[in-house]
Amino acid sequence: MAEGAKTIAIEVLRYRPEQDAAPVVQTYEVPFTDDMSVLQGLQYIKDHLDGTLSFRWSCRMAICGSCGMMIDGKPRLSCKTFLREFAAARVRVEALAHFPIERDLVAGVDDFLAKLERIKPYLIPREPRRLDEGEYLQTPHQLEQYEQFSSCINCMLCYAACPQYGLDSKFTGPGVLALLHRYNADSRDGGRAERMELVNAEEGVWSCTAVGYCSEVCPKAVDPANAVNQNKVNSAQDYFLRFLRFGGAGK
Amino acid sequence: MSGRRPYVRSMSGWWRRDPFFVRYMIREATALIVALYALVLLAGALCLSAGEGAWNGWLAMLRSPVSIAVHVLMLAAMIYHTYSWFEIMPKTMPAVFVGGRRLAATTITMLGLAAAVAATVALFVVVRMLGP
Repeated sequence: MAEGAKTIAIEVLRYRPEQDAAPVVQTYEVPFTDDMSVLQGLQYIKDHLDGTLSFRWSCRMAICGSCGMMIDGKPRLSCKTFLREFAAARVRVEALAHFPIERDLVAGVDDFLAKLERIKPYLIPREPRRLDEGEYLQTPHQLEQYEQFSSCINCMLCYAACPQYGLDSKFTGPGVLALLHRYNADSRDGGRAERMELVNAEEGVWSCTAVGYCSEVCPKAVDPANAVNQNKVNSAQDYFLRFLRFGGAGK
Repeated sequence: MSGRRPYVRSMSGWWRRDPFFVRYMIREATALIVALYALVLLAGALCLSAGEGAWNGWLAMLRSPVSIAVHVLMLAAMIYHTYSWFEIMPKTMPAVFVGGRRLAATTITMLGLAAAVAATVALFVVVRMLGP
Protein backbone atom coordinates (compact mmCIF):
# COMPACT_ATOMS: atom_id res chain seq x y z
CA MET A 1 0.00 0.00 0.00
CA ALA A 2 1.17 3.49 -0.84
CA GLU A 3 2.24 5.92 1.89
CA GLY A 4 -0.60 8.06 3.19
CA ALA A 5 -3.31 5.81 1.74
CA LYS A 6 -6.82 6.24 3.12
CA THR A 7 -7.93 3.72 5.71
CA ILE A 8 -11.34 2.42 6.71
CA ALA A 9 -12.45 0.60 9.83
CA ILE A 10 -14.14 -2.67 8.82
CA GLU A 11 -16.19 -4.06 11.69
CA VAL A 12 -16.78 -7.75 11.20
CA LEU A 13 -19.31 -9.78 13.16
CA ARG A 14 -17.18 -12.82 13.91
CA TYR A 15 -18.32 -16.22 15.07
CA ARG A 16 -15.96 -19.11 15.60
CA PRO A 17 -18.11 -22.02 16.83
CA GLU A 18 -15.18 -23.70 18.57
CA GLN A 19 -14.48 -20.67 20.78
CA ASP A 20 -17.36 -18.15 20.67
CA ALA A 21 -20.64 -18.75 22.52
CA ALA A 22 -22.16 -15.89 20.51
CA PRO A 23 -20.91 -13.66 17.67
CA VAL A 24 -18.51 -10.83 18.58
CA VAL A 25 -17.51 -7.70 16.67
CA GLN A 26 -13.88 -7.38 15.61
CA THR A 27 -12.60 -4.21 13.94
CA TYR A 28 -9.79 -4.03 11.39
CA GLU A 29 -8.11 -0.88 10.02
CA VAL A 30 -7.77 -1.45 6.30
CA PRO A 31 -5.95 0.80 3.82
CA PHE A 32 -7.99 1.24 0.67
CA THR A 33 -8.17 2.91 -2.72
CA ASP A 34 -11.29 4.18 -4.48
CA ASP A 35 -11.52 1.14 -6.73
CA MET A 36 -11.59 -1.38 -3.86
CA SER A 37 -14.75 -3.36 -3.08
CA VAL A 38 -15.78 -4.49 0.40
CA LEU A 39 -14.76 -7.99 -0.72
CA GLN A 40 -11.26 -6.72 -1.51
CA GLY A 41 -11.19 -5.14 1.94
CA LEU A 42 -11.97 -8.52 3.48
CA GLN A 43 -9.33 -10.17 1.30
CA TYR A 44 -6.83 -7.61 2.58
CA ILE A 45 -7.71 -8.58 6.15
CA LYS A 46 -7.36 -12.28 5.35
CA ASP A 47 -4.02 -11.85 3.54
CA HIS A 48 -2.35 -9.26 5.79
CA LEU A 49 -4.10 -8.92 9.15
CA ASP A 50 -5.95 -12.05 10.23
CA GLY A 51 -5.87 -15.31 8.29
CA THR A 52 -8.61 -16.84 10.44
CA LEU A 53 -11.39 -14.68 8.96
CA SER A 54 -13.85 -16.76 6.91
CA PHE A 55 -16.04 -15.56 4.04
CA ARG A 56 -17.30 -16.93 0.72
CA TRP A 57 -16.36 -15.49 -2.64
CA SER A 58 -15.53 -16.58 -6.12
CA CYS A 59 -16.04 -14.47 -9.25
CA ARG A 60 -15.59 -10.88 -7.93
CA MET A 61 -18.01 -9.60 -10.61
CA ALA A 62 -21.59 -10.18 -9.40
CA ILE A 63 -22.07 -13.37 -11.38
CA CYS A 64 -21.51 -16.22 -8.93
CA GLY A 65 -23.67 -15.02 -6.04
CA SER A 66 -21.26 -16.25 -3.33
CA CYS A 67 -20.25 -13.07 -1.53
CA GLY A 68 -23.61 -11.76 -0.27
CA MET A 69 -23.54 -10.33 3.26
CA MET A 70 -25.11 -7.62 5.41
CA ILE A 71 -23.16 -4.43 4.73
CA ASP A 72 -24.16 -1.67 7.14
CA GLY A 73 -27.37 -3.62 7.71
CA LYS A 74 -28.34 -4.07 4.04
CA PRO A 75 -28.08 -7.33 2.12
CA ARG A 76 -25.56 -6.66 -0.66
CA LEU A 77 -22.93 -8.40 -2.75
CA SER A 78 -19.57 -7.44 -1.24
CA CYS A 79 -17.93 -7.51 -4.68
CA LYS A 80 -20.43 -4.92 -5.96
CA THR A 81 -20.17 -2.57 -2.97
CA PHE A 82 -17.25 -0.17 -2.80
CA LEU A 83 -15.39 0.96 0.31
CA ARG A 84 -15.43 4.56 -0.98
CA GLU A 85 -19.23 4.64 -0.41
CA PHE A 86 -18.74 4.78 3.35
CA ALA A 87 -17.90 8.39 3.99
CA ALA A 88 -17.52 7.94 7.75
CA ALA A 89 -14.58 5.60 7.04
CA ARG A 90 -16.34 2.83 8.94
CA VAL A 91 -18.42 -0.08 7.66
CA ARG A 92 -19.95 -3.06 9.42
CA VAL A 93 -20.24 -6.46 7.79
CA GLU A 94 -22.19 -9.43 9.02
CA ALA A 95 -23.31 -12.81 7.63
CA LEU A 96 -26.57 -12.68 5.62
CA ALA A 97 -29.50 -12.07 7.95
CA HIS A 98 -32.16 -14.74 8.54
CA PHE A 99 -29.71 -17.58 7.96
CA PRO A 100 -27.81 -19.31 10.73
CA ILE A 101 -24.18 -18.20 10.98
CA GLU A 102 -21.92 -21.12 10.20
CA ARG A 103 -18.67 -19.22 10.81
CA ASP A 104 -17.85 -15.48 10.61
CA LEU A 105 -19.44 -14.22 7.36
CA VAL A 106 -20.40 -17.67 6.15
CA ALA A 107 -24.15 -18.29 6.35
CA GLY A 108 -25.65 -21.78 6.49
CA VAL A 109 -27.43 -22.38 3.18
CA ASP A 110 -28.62 -25.98 3.59
CA ASP A 111 -32.25 -24.86 3.86
CA PHE A 112 -32.06 -22.76 0.69
CA LEU A 113 -30.46 -25.56 -1.32
CA ALA A 114 -33.01 -28.13 -0.15
CA LYS A 115 -35.83 -25.80 -1.23
CA LEU A 116 -34.16 -25.06 -4.55
CA GLU A 117 -33.94 -28.79 -5.28
CA ARG A 118 -37.60 -29.31 -4.38
CA ILE A 119 -38.97 -26.98 -7.09
CA LYS A 120 -37.25 -28.93 -9.90
CA PRO A 121 -35.29 -25.96 -11.25
CA TYR A 122 -34.88 -27.35 -14.75
CA LEU A 123 -37.01 -27.66 -17.87
CA ILE A 124 -39.39 -30.59 -17.82
CA PRO A 125 -40.19 -30.77 -21.56
CA ARG A 126 -43.84 -30.22 -22.40
CA GLU A 127 -43.43 -32.63 -25.32
CA PRO A 128 -40.33 -34.79 -25.39
CA ARG A 129 -38.48 -34.56 -28.68
CA ARG A 130 -35.75 -36.54 -30.31
CA LEU A 131 -32.49 -34.81 -31.23
CA ASP A 132 -33.25 -35.08 -34.96
CA GLU A 133 -36.51 -33.17 -34.41
CA GLY A 134 -34.49 -30.04 -33.68
CA GLU A 135 -34.63 -27.39 -30.98
CA TYR A 136 -37.67 -26.05 -29.13
CA LEU A 137 -38.63 -22.74 -30.68
CA GLN A 138 -39.84 -19.70 -28.76
CA THR A 139 -41.05 -16.23 -29.77
CA PRO A 140 -39.48 -13.08 -28.25
CA HIS A 141 -42.77 -12.53 -26.39
CA GLN A 142 -42.61 -16.03 -24.88
CA LEU A 143 -39.00 -15.39 -23.84
CA GLU A 144 -40.00 -12.14 -22.18
CA GLN A 145 -42.45 -13.98 -19.89
CA TYR A 146 -39.62 -15.58 -17.89
CA GLU A 147 -36.34 -13.96 -18.95
CA GLN A 148 -35.89 -11.61 -15.98
CA PHE A 149 -36.53 -14.47 -13.53
CA SER A 150 -33.81 -16.53 -15.19
CA SER A 151 -31.23 -13.91 -14.15
CA CYS A 152 -31.22 -15.20 -10.56
CA ILE A 153 -27.73 -16.08 -9.33
CA ASN A 154 -28.86 -17.75 -6.06
CA CYS A 155 -27.09 -15.09 -3.97
CA MET A 156 -29.86 -15.24 -1.32
CA LEU A 157 -29.86 -11.48 -0.68
CA CYS A 158 -33.65 -11.64 -1.07
CA TYR A 159 -33.88 -14.11 1.82
CA ALA A 160 -31.85 -11.76 4.01
CA ALA A 161 -34.35 -9.02 3.00
CA CYS A 162 -37.45 -11.10 3.75
CA PRO A 163 -38.76 -10.77 7.32
CA GLN A 164 -41.31 -13.53 6.69
CA TYR A 165 -38.48 -15.97 5.99
CA GLY A 166 -36.62 -14.69 9.05
CA LEU A 167 -39.68 -15.19 11.25
CA ASP A 168 -40.53 -18.62 9.86
CA SER A 169 -38.00 -20.43 7.70
CA LYS A 170 -40.63 -22.90 6.51
CA PHE A 171 -41.56 -20.22 3.91
CA THR A 172 -40.17 -21.31 0.55
CA GLY A 173 -38.93 -17.75 0.10
CA PRO A 174 -38.52 -15.21 -2.72
CA GLY A 175 -35.54 -16.53 -4.70
CA VAL A 176 -36.70 -20.13 -4.97
CA LEU A 177 -40.27 -19.05 -5.82
CA ALA A 178 -38.91 -16.71 -8.51
CA LEU A 179 -37.00 -19.63 -10.03
CA LEU A 180 -40.08 -21.80 -9.78
CA HIS A 181 -41.93 -19.13 -11.75
CA ARG A 182 -39.07 -18.93 -14.26
CA TYR A 183 -39.75 -22.56 -15.27
CA ASN A 184 -43.56 -22.43 -14.96
CA ALA A 185 -43.66 -19.34 -17.20
CA ASP A 186 -41.49 -20.99 -19.87
CA SER A 187 -43.53 -22.07 -22.92
CA ARG A 188 -41.29 -25.14 -23.36
CA ASP A 189 -41.92 -26.42 -19.83
CA GLY A 190 -44.56 -28.96 -18.83
CA GLY A 191 -43.82 -29.27 -15.09
CA ARG A 192 -46.36 -26.71 -13.88
CA ALA A 193 -48.78 -29.19 -12.29
CA GLU A 194 -45.98 -30.69 -10.17
CA ARG A 195 -44.72 -27.29 -9.06
CA MET A 196 -48.15 -25.80 -8.29
CA GLU A 197 -48.38 -28.04 -5.20
CA LEU A 198 -45.43 -26.10 -3.74
CA VAL A 199 -46.92 -22.75 -4.83
CA ASN A 200 -50.32 -23.51 -3.28
CA ALA A 201 -48.97 -24.67 0.09
CA GLU A 202 -49.16 -22.41 3.15
CA GLU A 203 -45.35 -22.16 3.05
CA GLY A 204 -45.58 -21.42 -0.70
CA VAL A 205 -46.66 -18.02 -2.03
CA TRP A 206 -49.26 -17.46 0.70
CA SER A 207 -46.62 -16.83 3.36
CA CYS A 208 -45.59 -13.68 1.48
CA THR A 209 -47.09 -10.42 2.77
CA ALA A 210 -45.72 -8.26 -0.07
CA VAL A 211 -43.05 -6.44 1.91
CA GLY A 212 -41.26 -6.04 -1.43
CA TYR A 213 -37.74 -5.56 -0.05
CA CYS A 214 -36.56 -8.74 -1.84
CA SER A 215 -36.95 -7.00 -5.20
CA GLU A 216 -35.26 -3.87 -3.86
CA VAL A 217 -32.05 -5.66 -2.86
CA CYS A 218 -31.84 -8.05 -5.82
CA PRO A 219 -28.55 -7.31 -7.66
CA LYS A 220 -29.92 -8.80 -10.89
CA ALA A 221 -33.31 -7.03 -11.16
CA VAL A 222 -35.11 -10.38 -10.96
CA ASP A 223 -38.01 -8.84 -9.01
CA PRO A 224 -38.85 -11.95 -6.94
CA ALA A 225 -41.77 -10.15 -5.26
CA ASN A 226 -43.42 -9.95 -8.65
CA ALA A 227 -42.92 -13.68 -9.28
CA VAL A 228 -44.34 -14.57 -5.86
CA ASN A 229 -47.36 -12.29 -6.13
CA GLN A 230 -48.21 -13.31 -9.70
CA ASN A 231 -48.36 -16.82 -8.35
CA LYS A 232 -50.91 -15.84 -5.71
CA VAL A 233 -53.21 -15.18 -8.68
CA ASN A 234 -52.14 -18.46 -10.32
CA SER A 235 -52.68 -20.32 -7.05
CA ALA A 236 -56.17 -18.85 -6.60
CA GLN A 237 -57.03 -19.78 -10.22
CA ASP A 238 -55.64 -23.26 -9.66
CA TYR A 239 -57.86 -23.62 -6.58
CA PHE A 240 -61.09 -22.45 -8.18
CA LEU A 241 -60.59 -24.02 -11.60
CA ARG A 242 -60.34 -27.52 -10.13
CA PHE A 243 -64.02 -27.32 -9.24
CA LEU A 244 -64.77 -26.91 -12.94
CA ARG A 245 -62.85 -29.98 -14.00
CA PHE A 246 -64.61 -33.31 -14.25
CA GLY A 247 -63.61 -35.89 -11.68
CA GLY A 248 -61.76 -33.33 -9.53
CA ALA A 249 -58.46 -34.24 -11.18
CA GLY A 250 -56.84 -30.94 -10.13
CA LYS A 251 -54.08 -31.00 -7.58
CA MET B 1 -17.33 -35.56 14.31
CA SER B 2 -18.80 -32.38 12.94
CA GLY B 3 -17.71 -29.12 14.55
CA ARG B 4 -20.77 -27.36 13.22
CA ARG B 5 -22.67 -25.24 15.71
CA PRO B 6 -24.74 -22.79 13.63
CA TYR B 7 -25.71 -19.61 15.46
CA VAL B 8 -29.26 -18.33 14.92
CA ARG B 9 -29.76 -14.60 15.40
CA SER B 10 -32.86 -13.17 17.07
CA MET B 11 -35.62 -11.50 15.04
CA SER B 12 -36.82 -9.32 17.92
CA GLY B 13 -37.39 -5.73 16.80
CA TRP B 14 -36.82 -6.77 13.17
CA TRP B 15 -39.04 -4.05 11.72
CA ARG B 16 -36.97 -1.27 13.28
CA ARG B 17 -33.82 -2.63 11.63
CA ASP B 18 -34.38 -1.03 8.23
CA PRO B 19 -36.38 2.08 7.15
CA PHE B 20 -37.90 -0.09 4.40
CA PHE B 21 -39.46 -2.34 7.05
CA VAL B 22 -40.74 0.70 8.97
CA ARG B 23 -42.49 1.93 5.80
CA TYR B 24 -43.95 -1.55 5.29
CA MET B 25 -45.30 -1.58 8.85
CA ILE B 26 -46.85 1.88 8.32
CA ARG B 27 -48.52 0.59 5.14
CA GLU B 28 -49.97 -2.35 7.08
CA ALA B 29 -50.97 -0.20 10.08
CA THR B 30 -52.71 2.43 7.93
CA ALA B 31 -54.84 -0.39 6.48
CA LEU B 32 -56.37 -0.70 9.96
CA ILE B 33 -57.25 3.01 9.86
CA VAL B 34 -58.93 2.51 6.49
CA ALA B 35 -60.99 -0.26 8.16
CA LEU B 36 -61.70 2.04 11.12
CA TYR B 37 -63.10 4.70 8.78
CA ALA B 38 -65.36 2.10 7.18
CA LEU B 39 -66.77 1.53 10.69
CA VAL B 40 -67.38 5.30 11.09
CA LEU B 41 -69.38 5.26 7.83
CA LEU B 42 -71.21 2.09 8.87
CA ALA B 43 -72.21 3.78 12.13
CA GLY B 44 -73.60 6.65 10.01
CA ALA B 45 -75.64 4.22 7.92
CA LEU B 46 -77.03 2.55 11.07
CA CYS B 47 -77.93 5.97 12.58
CA LEU B 48 -79.68 6.89 9.32
CA SER B 49 -81.82 3.77 9.52
CA ALA B 50 -82.54 4.46 13.22
CA GLY B 51 -84.30 7.75 12.45
CA GLU B 52 -83.76 11.51 12.20
CA GLY B 53 -82.64 12.00 15.80
CA ALA B 54 -79.91 9.38 15.60
CA TRP B 55 -78.78 10.71 12.20
CA ASN B 56 -78.52 14.30 13.50
CA GLY B 57 -76.66 13.01 16.55
CA TRP B 58 -74.14 11.27 14.28
CA LEU B 59 -73.73 14.48 12.22
CA ALA B 60 -73.19 16.52 15.40
CA MET B 61 -70.60 14.00 16.57
CA LEU B 62 -68.75 14.40 13.25
CA ARG B 63 -68.65 18.20 13.72
CA SER B 64 -66.97 18.04 17.12
CA PRO B 65 -63.36 19.34 17.23
CA VAL B 66 -62.08 15.92 18.35
CA SER B 67 -63.81 14.25 15.42
CA ILE B 68 -62.36 16.80 12.98
CA ALA B 69 -58.86 16.28 14.37
CA VAL B 70 -59.26 12.48 14.11
CA HIS B 71 -60.54 12.86 10.56
CA VAL B 72 -57.51 14.91 9.55
CA LEU B 73 -55.25 12.16 10.95
CA MET B 74 -57.30 9.46 9.21
CA LEU B 75 -57.09 11.40 5.93
CA ALA B 76 -53.30 11.56 6.22
CA ALA B 77 -53.17 7.82 6.94
CA MET B 78 -55.52 7.12 4.02
CA ILE B 79 -53.37 9.20 1.62
CA TYR B 80 -50.23 7.36 2.73
CA HIS B 81 -51.98 4.00 2.42
CA THR B 82 -53.20 4.86 -1.09
CA TYR B 83 -49.69 5.85 -2.14
CA SER B 84 -48.04 2.75 -0.62
CA TRP B 85 -50.72 0.47 -2.08
CA PHE B 86 -50.17 1.68 -5.63
CA GLU B 87 -46.41 1.72 -5.07
CA ILE B 88 -46.45 -2.07 -4.47
CA MET B 89 -49.10 -2.74 -7.16
CA PRO B 90 -46.69 -3.37 -10.09
CA LYS B 91 -45.14 -6.20 -8.06
CA THR B 92 -48.49 -7.88 -7.54
CA MET B 93 -49.56 -8.23 -11.17
CA PRO B 94 -48.36 -10.01 -14.30
CA ALA B 95 -46.35 -8.01 -16.82
CA VAL B 96 -48.60 -5.79 -18.94
CA PHE B 97 -47.71 -5.39 -22.59
CA VAL B 98 -48.98 -2.40 -24.57
CA GLY B 99 -48.19 -2.40 -28.29
CA GLY B 100 -45.61 -5.15 -27.75
CA ARG B 101 -43.73 -3.19 -25.07
CA ARG B 102 -43.78 -3.87 -21.37
CA LEU B 103 -45.42 -1.19 -19.22
CA ALA B 104 -42.92 0.24 -16.69
CA ALA B 105 -43.61 -0.21 -12.97
CA THR B 106 -43.62 3.55 -12.41
CA THR B 107 -46.25 3.96 -15.16
CA ILE B 108 -48.50 1.41 -13.42
CA THR B 109 -48.05 3.22 -10.07
CA MET B 110 -48.78 6.61 -11.64
CA LEU B 111 -51.89 5.27 -13.41
CA GLY B 112 -53.13 3.84 -10.10
CA LEU B 113 -52.55 7.12 -8.28
CA ALA B 114 -54.20 9.07 -11.11
CA ALA B 115 -57.23 6.76 -10.90
CA ALA B 116 -57.42 7.33 -7.11
CA VAL B 117 -57.26 11.13 -7.58
CA ALA B 118 -59.87 11.00 -10.40
CA ALA B 119 -62.22 8.86 -8.26
CA THR B 120 -61.82 11.28 -5.32
CA VAL B 121 -62.53 14.34 -7.51
CA ALA B 122 -65.54 12.59 -9.10
CA LEU B 123 -66.89 11.79 -5.62
CA PHE B 124 -66.50 15.42 -4.54
CA VAL B 125 -68.34 16.62 -7.65
CA VAL B 126 -71.22 14.19 -7.02
CA VAL B 127 -71.43 15.22 -3.34
CA ARG B 128 -71.42 18.93 -4.30
CA MET B 129 -74.17 18.33 -6.85
CA LEU B 130 -76.36 16.41 -4.37
CA GLY B 131 -75.52 18.62 -1.39
CA PRO B 132 -77.66 21.45 -0.02
